[in-house]
Amino acid sequence: MQRRELQVWLVALLLIVAGVSLTYYKHKTLGFPLFPDSDAEVWTVEATLNFEAGQGPIKARMFIPGLTPGYAILDENFVSRGFGATPRYVTGGREVQWARRRAEGPQALYYRAVVYEDPGRRGEDTTPPLPSSPLLAEPFNTAAQMIVEDVGRKSADPGSFTGELLRRLATPEADQNVDLLLDGETEPVAIAETATSLLAAALIPSRMVRGIYLQDQSRRSAVAPRLMVHDGTTWLYFDPATGEQGLPDDFLLWWSGTDDLASVDGGRDVDVRIAVSSNVVDPVNLARRRSEVREGPIAELSLLALPIQTQAVYAILLLVPIGALVVAILRNFVGVQTFGTFMPVLIALAFRETQLLWGIALFSTLVALGLAFRFYLERLRLLAIARLGAVLTIVVLLMLGVSVVGNQLELESGLSVALFPMVILAMTIERMSTVWEERGAGDAVQQGLGSLAVAAVCYAVMDLQVVRHLVLVFPETLLIVLALMFLIGRYTGYRLTELRRFREFVKQEGGD
Amino acid sequence: MLALPRQLRARGVLGINARNTDYVQLYNSRHLYPLVDDKLQTKRLALDAGIAVPALYGTMVTPGETKHFAELVASHDEFVLKPAHGSGGDGILVFTGRSARRRGQYRLIDGSFMTEAEIRFHATNIISGRYSLGGNRDCAMLEYCVRADPVFEHVSYRGIPDIRVLVFRGYPAAAMVRLPTRASHGKANLHQGAVGVGIDLITGQTVHGVLSSAATDEHPDTGELIAGIQVPNWAKLLELAARCYELTGLGYLGVDIVLDRYHGPLILELNARPGLAIQIANRIGLAERLRRIEAKPASASVADRLTWVRAAFNES
Repeated sequence: MQRRELQVWLVALLLIVAGVSLTYYKHKTLGFPLFPDSDAEVWTVEATLNFEAGQGPIKARMFIPGLTPGYAILDENFVSRGFGATPRYVTGGREVQWARRRAEGPQALYYRAVVYEDPGRRGEDTTPPLPSSPLLAEPFNTAAQMIVEDVGRKSADPGSFTGELLRRLATPEADQNVDLLLDGETEPVAIAETATSLLAAALIPSRMVRGIYLQDQSRRSAVAPRLMVHDGTTWLYFDPATGEQGLPDDFLLWWSGTDDLASVDGGRDVDVRIAVSSNVVDPVNLARRRSEVREGPIAELSLLALPIQTQAVYAILLLVPIGALVVAILRNFVGVQTFGTFMPVLIALAFRETQLLWGIALFSTLVALGLAFRFYLERLRLLAIARLGAVLTIVVLLMLGVSVVGNQLELESGLSVALFPMVILAMTIERMSTVWEERGAGDAVQQGLGSLAVAAVCYAVMDLQVVRHLVLVFPETLLIVLALMFLIGRYTGYRLTELRRFREFVKQEGGD
Repeated sequence: MLALPRQLRARGVLGINARNTDYVQLYNSRHLYPLVDDKLQTKRLALDAGIAVPALYGTMVTPGETKHFAELVASHDEFVLKPAHGSGGDGILVFTGRSARRRGQYRLIDGSFMTEAEIRFHATNIISGRYSLGGNRDCAMLEYCVRADPVFEHVSYRGIPDIRVLVFRGYPAAAMVRLPTRASHGKANLHQGAVGVGIDLITGQTVHGVLSSAATDEHPDTGELIAGIQVPNWAKLLELAARCYELTGLGYLGVDIVLDRYHGPLILELNARPGLAIQIANRIGLAERLRRIEAKPASASVADRLTWVRAAFNES
């Protein structure tokens, strides 16, 4: 007996550990939310390429986000009526190519991406080759050499070199060499381009990248440049306008290089507009998509990978063990009597559709009417199976009647009666009438009320948002339910009702 | 008023959960259940072992066989119709005679009459599984109607009292007599309102009464005192109960015995999940006694077991 006890506890412990750790893994690593209301933010970025189609074939290309440190792409699509769209990797990152033999008038091509924050996502980590010194004509070459030497003296490494260089480029009037090279340009893009040349002269690999700030509801996001500098081990990011190092949290890297965002062969008046909007998505969905992108083995085995209809079925089925747990607790710890062991669970499932009060009202009405018919059938002396079949038929007719009358009275809840499991209803009526005859009306009503009460508690628990969320998103929590069942199964203490049943023992004790 | 778990534990009261896990599941193998769930099989086993049971008049296994009903009981005025797989006394009809004026009318124990057609319908219901566990097909039994020993006559409302002995591993652990009341419609079933009266295992004298979980000292219908009644043939009755362990192999067994006026104690039926009301009737928690029996060897003879019980459970 000791060994049996130990075994139950061990198995239960194992199940709980397995359930909790799987849940923890899915929550921590895959990002499935533990609670239903923690909505995650995603950004929808939409780039619209507008141009005027000319004569002849059209070939348009536009950079699209590829490597996006700090962000991950959840979903992307191209809307381009009549154009063939081909995304591909190119030197500057990724681009989409749209092609069409003939088009007329203004054209609009869309690229839409849904991105979410993913701190784990890093930028490029390949070490670039050393750049060759730019070929500059005099006097630019001398000016560049002087700046590089000067900055080199006041810096220790590529990082500080770039910082110092950008500081000087920001104030061209202080140094005539800088002024010469910039030639009056103050645009960040021009500064970044000049900085790239100067860094190359100092044999520091660098490149200009461009991206947008993910700020809510900007109809026209400005494309901002960033300077990427390789310090021998990693890439550093600099804001060419201010010299600040680092990448802002809301910066979405779009493409690299000096090329324009988009260009169109066979079209004119090219204009790209980037709109950003944030929206709140179901974090479960986000986690699922995210794990799909990562292709983790556990994610692939997830329930959420199933078709939606199947998921809907499981959303209900997975609640049944929860109901069974409630029944086990109410029966083994409290001692409530019910008709049939798990009938209350099925009734509770029906309550999910009808809502509790309506459910109880409808259920009681149906059982009461059914019982009345059942007592009449008793007088007809029918064989048991035929009689049960008759009760079943009457139950279906009653359900139909309630639905029709409910519809006439414009009570929508009347229609939901169809969701009651009719076989369960028929069995309940049959069992209740038997108990009624054998044990009296008192016992029958008591057990009927017991069943209803247990069903109501089951419903209340199964209807909790948290419970529904947990079993659907973390079906492994059912392992914990299983463990609890094991432990309840070994409970040898008294039931609540027994404390009343055996009260005589205490009375006698007092009298002694 | 509620008892505290601590208080019940101190009195050694056995709860239903503990009964199920520690006794029924541990000592009653599932494959032995059919022996006691099927009363026909129990009866045959008992007859083979020479244990006294009420005589079997006939069985009806198919609805078609109910047409032989009148023939089967032709030579008996009093008889009992019951399901072989019934539980809790459900579906049992006790007939005490025939109507003198109208043919084919049988008198029930409560004085009402049933026609042959009605009885056959009842038998058909039994056969179709109305009273059997799980609604399985059943068979209807017709057997000797016990004529109750007069010892409990003044504390019974019609019906026949029966004596329940709880036998654990062959050792009688507790006993009570169940007295029918008006509320129980003459049935000796505590659920239905019968009075349970504890019996001292050593002396065979009744002690306290219990009526739907509350203590009582008198019969609710007759008003007679229920304590201090000496059960006749007590030693023989205990031996009969103890022998049922070898009969079935069930370690935790409820043995239901009736005292017949002419035939003495007869085994009526056996129960693999005997209830716990016997504790209230005796005001004795079972846990302690069961623990002591558990420590005894399983292979003791019936006589040795009874000797031990008389010495061990001597409360006075």
